[in-house]
Amino acid sequence: MSSEKTTIQQPKYINPYLGGVLLGLLILVTVFITGRGLGASGAVKSAVVTTANTVAPNATEANAYMKQFVSDDHSPMYTWLVFESLGILLGGIFSGIVFGRMKKIRTDHGPRITSRKRLLLAVIGGALFGIGSQFGRGCTSGAALSGSATFALGGVIVMFAIFGTGYAVAYFFRKLWI
Amino acid sequence: MGPLIPNGIIGEGWDFVIAILLGIAFGFILEASGFSSSRNLAGVFYGYNFVVLRVFFTALIVAMVGLMYFDYVGWLDLSQIFILPTYLTPMIVGGVIMGFGFVIGGYCPGTSFTGIAIGKLDAIFFTVGLFVGIFLFSLTYPLFEGFFDSGYLGNVTLTELTGIPAPWFAFAFTFVALAAFWGTMLIEKRVRKNMKQYKF
Repeated sequence: MSSEKTTIQQPKYINPYLGGVLLGLLILVTVFITGRGLGASGAVKSAVVTTANTVAPNATEANAYMKQFVSDDHSPMYTWLVFESLGILLGGIFSGIVFGRMKKIRTDHGPRITSRKRLLLAVIGGALFGIGSQFGRGCTSGAALSGSATFALGGVIVMFAIFGTGYAVAYFFRKLWI
Repeated sequence: MGPLIPNGIIGEGWDFVIAILLGIAFGFILEASGFSSSRNLAGVFYGYNFVVLRVFFTALIVAMVGLMYFDYVGWLDLSQIFILPTYLTPMIVGGVIMGFGFVIGGYCPGTSFTGIAIGKLDAIFFTVGLFVGIFLFSLTYPLFEGFFDSGYLGNVTLTELTGIPAPWFAFAFTFVALAAFWGTMLIEKRVRKNMKQYKF
């Protein structure tokens, strides 16, 4: 590590409190229109079920978990959260264009680890998040944020469990980020 | 009046169009706030960037207070909205696993989609991980099916559980949020001053 401080200029982000107000209003509008909040992990679950059902339909039908999401009249991709997540991707691209962050493929990592290690850890972290979101009945968006905003006990539990654990274990993973 | 789609004020056919539009707004807000960078997100656990806490808590209290106002003026019937069901132990365990996933992986599912949007390879790998994790969960589901459905308390809210009216919770969350905004501002300033390198 070099001894001199290298701070790359902060990119153009909107004020976080403005972002929060907009996100809060968005949840409000979403609940007002659809009767439920936003989500994200459910779309990946739909993708898993769809892939499994395409590659091995019999095995998928025999799987006690996945069979709940298979239906005869439409694909498991034909769900609200899949369309919403497609929107997340489009919205991200739109914001990236507006603020000049659409650049070539790159990897973010802490100063003390290599890109390769970061990518390996991203897969592991993603897998844990995938498993955890099934037990939690949703991830940070669906359970922690939308759940807590509607005063659901489960949402508040997931929120405290995610962030509480994050703070409790951050010390052991500090080399990844600082 | 609301919720509009369940009450038939907006036709079911618009459901997916609205899903994409709301998703676009969601993705835009996340990316514009800086949630497309795992380093920004992980900063909340190390004190060098509290953007997650600021956006998350602000959104939470705006939505909470907004929902109560909508209910009060009669625009939205809160008894008709979806309340996430509570499975006590599985949700604690799930949250703990997600906490590890967040610190190790640097993203959560929604934010990883916006990372992909602007070309972050680590976000792509994280999403691949999500896919693998959910697949592994499905395969091994029979082993812990009993646990998965344990601790069921129904679609219970904080008010139903404690008897304390919802505005009190909204007030408490708002108070804690404002205290956290102030405290973390001081922490962030201090941590950043001592940091050797910070690339967004």
